[in-house]
Amino acid sequence: MAGKTITVAIMDAPYESANSTTALRIVQSALAKGHNVNVFAYEGAVNLTMKAQAPHPNPVKGTSAEQEAHPTTKDWVASLFKMAKDKGVKLDWVNCGLCVDERGAGDWVEGPRRGGPKDFLDASNASQATLVIPTK
Amino acid sequence: MAKILNIVETAYRGTIEEQDDTVLWLTHMLKNAGADISVLLRANAVNYACKGQDASGLSFGDAKMTHPPEIDKDVEKMIEKGVSIYVVEEDARERGLGDDDLLAGLRRIKRQGIPQLIDEHDQVWHW
Repeated sequence: MAGKTITVAIMDAPYESANSTTALRIVQSALAKGHNVNVFAYEGAVNLTMKAQAPHPNPVKGTSAEQEAHPTTKDWVASLFKMAKDKGVKLDWVNCGLCVDERGAGDWVEGPRRGGPKDFLDASNASQATLVIPTK
Repeated sequence: MAKILNIVETAYRGTIEEQDDTVLWLTHMLKNAGADISVLLRANAVNYACKGQDASGLSFGDAKMTHPPEIDKDVEKMIEKGVSIYVVEEDARERGLGDDDLLAGLRRIKRQGIPQLIDEHDQVWHW
């Protein structure tokens, strides 16, 4: 079963819905089982990898950013890239270029690359399964 | 080549800001890239097949939107390009859309026909 490739298309912007976490959990599970994963980040999902994301404190709880250890999606994605490297499998993360431009979201953590719908089609054609997780 | 069915359920998802429907746009791009792809419009997205849509006139202060989305024309162009566009009849009827309201060239399908349509495709993406 190991060594297959899946493609996941995601749309949601980070910190807005459970879809982002669900998508990343699916990616992680596939990588952990030794599968290659292609991600096509479409529309708001290109913000998942923005380098400028920063943890913040929680004034309701009175905790500092350090105490809160607020997670950022860019750190999660960076960690998935490290995990793929450690496992010897491939994580190919494509941020839709036009979506990046309209959001000014071009500064990413290391790993993702700029692409477009054809990359998604090529990835899907080279995969055993494709899952889309759209914004509803 | 895999036969892809894009099922579009959510309608008018950022269409003003994007000047189009993002999934129909993606479908069009994938078709241009050589994909064998069809679209099934269901639930509120059946309205994309309604003729004569007009989203013009939006402005915020001096900022005027001069190129509003024209979803119906986008659907027409996709049909011209050879993309099969299916519409769930019951969903259209429930929303008051009769045959005269809908674009030419659509493929009408009843709900009970959806499993067969899905079975005819290798990939089904539900947006």
